[in-house]
Amino acid sequence: MESNQSKPGLLCNPEGSQRTLYPYVTGTSVVALKYKDGILMAADMGGSYGSTLRYKSVERMKPVGKHSLLGASGEISDFQELLRYLDELILYDNMWDDGNSLGPKEVHNYLTRVMYNRRNKFNPLWNSLVLGGVKKGQKYLGMVSMIGVNFEDNHVATGFGNHLARPILRDEWHENLTFEEGVKLLEKCMRVLLYRDRSAVNKLQISKITEEGVTISQPYSLKTFWGFSAFENPTLGAEGSW
Amino acid sequence: MDQSIQNDLNAPHSMGTTIIGVTYNGGVVLGADSRTSTGVYVANRASDKITQLTDNVYLCRSGSAADSQIVSDYVRHFLHQHTIQLGHPATVKVAANLIRLFSYNNKNMLQTGLIIGGWDKYEGGKIYGVPLGGTILEQPFAIGGSGSTYLYGFFDQEWKEGMTKEEAEQLVVKAVSLAIARDGASGGVVRTVIINSEGVTRNYYPGDALPLWHEELEPQNSLLDILSSSSSGPDMMIS
Repeated sequence: MESNQSKPGLLCNPEGSQRTLYPYVTGTSVVALKYKDGILMAADMGGSYGSTLRYKSVERMKPVGKHSLLGASGEISDFQELLRYLDELILYDNMWDDGNSLGPKEVHNYLTRVMYNRRNKFNPLWNSLVLGGVKKGQKYLGMVSMIGVNFEDNHVATGFGNHLARPILRDEWHENLTFEEGVKLLEKCMRVLLYRDRSAVNKLQISKITEEGVTISQPYSLKTFWGFSAFENPTLGAEGSW
Repeated sequence: MDQSIQNDLNAPHSMGTTIIGVTYNGGVVLGADSRTSTGVYVANRASDKITQLTDNVYLCRSGSAADSQIVSDYVRHFLHQHTIQLGHPATVKVAANLIRLFSYNNKNMLQTGLIIGGWDKYEGGKIYGVPLGGTILEQPFAIGGSGSTYLYGFFDQEWKEGMTKEEAEQLVVKAVSLAIARDGASGGVVRTVIINSEGVTRNYYPGDALPLWHEELEPQNSLLDILSSSSSGPDMMIS
């Protein structure tokens, strides 16, 4: 009978224990906010491969069950695996056939447990997740990071969105935004991200979830503004600068 | 021998590569170069990187030669079993998802990017990309391998929906040959595989039959031929 204490190599051996080292195909920011009728969420359709903008039609927001919407940034393969876990979760929930269905709060909790447990095993799912939904009139918007940090708020963002979108949302969000106001606000955030996040791609989707259900818009592009005279002549009076 | 060359000769076999998969009106065309390198040495200049998974689904392999071969062997085995149990040919989607399963669950150990292409009677011609990490993405066309970096701009410009079989194959051959021109890790011949409702066709384009690009010259047998064919003879030699 050999105890594990006599095999220290096994525990420290990187091959012996699996661990995700680094992400390969990644998605950038997701931004979401609560509005009058539910949740609005926006994400672009880019899948970056290091510095290359390799894939430009990746759907990073998906409905979960009847009441929730999941958006993800980070490693796309891990997001695809999470969607499989959630498919199974929703299936088992439906099989109870008890008239009850998992709401956004429950799905958020499940995701938190999954992410935190993987983090404890040093094999994280390399994603930042945004979970939004409406059930029985109650709006819910939460976030889970790859290390299992979770919280809910009136507006959330992942990745670069944390730095660029959240200040805008803190300033301009208020209770009972209309759909139009919400979309305009999200687009304002996404445009800034397009200007300033090099992994951003100009092809995005906005999705909404209300008591009625989930709708994800068709992909579309935002107009950008370049008409500053200082842009046309940046080195006026300072030749050689940029 | 030099220490650095010594290391390279024992380096793992890697297929610097160019692989392409393209859908057209009625099926798919898969294409690849044929160079397998160990460090700087070309271990195999005529490899076949397009491997068969089933009668109607083929796979383009890039990255580590060993990793891509073992994944394709496992998937071929399980697809064969699946076909027997199902009673009719497996779909391209199932083959692609099996590849994803292996690539994703062994992501820490594998270093291989794959393109799955095939034809089935439910969805017609389909191309799936499974890059490093095990993401699966269905695409109208896919490019992979080290040579693909030189082709993003080319495809952005030249890709069209609904090409004919001939247009699609010409596009693939042109693209692989352009990548070979610039990527040191790609070279040799261009192999293509066309899959549609009628079946599978393999084509072979030897290195000397490919178009010439910028700063490339028409191959000759010898300088002597050039000298003898020019009017001024040996005086043409540049001093």
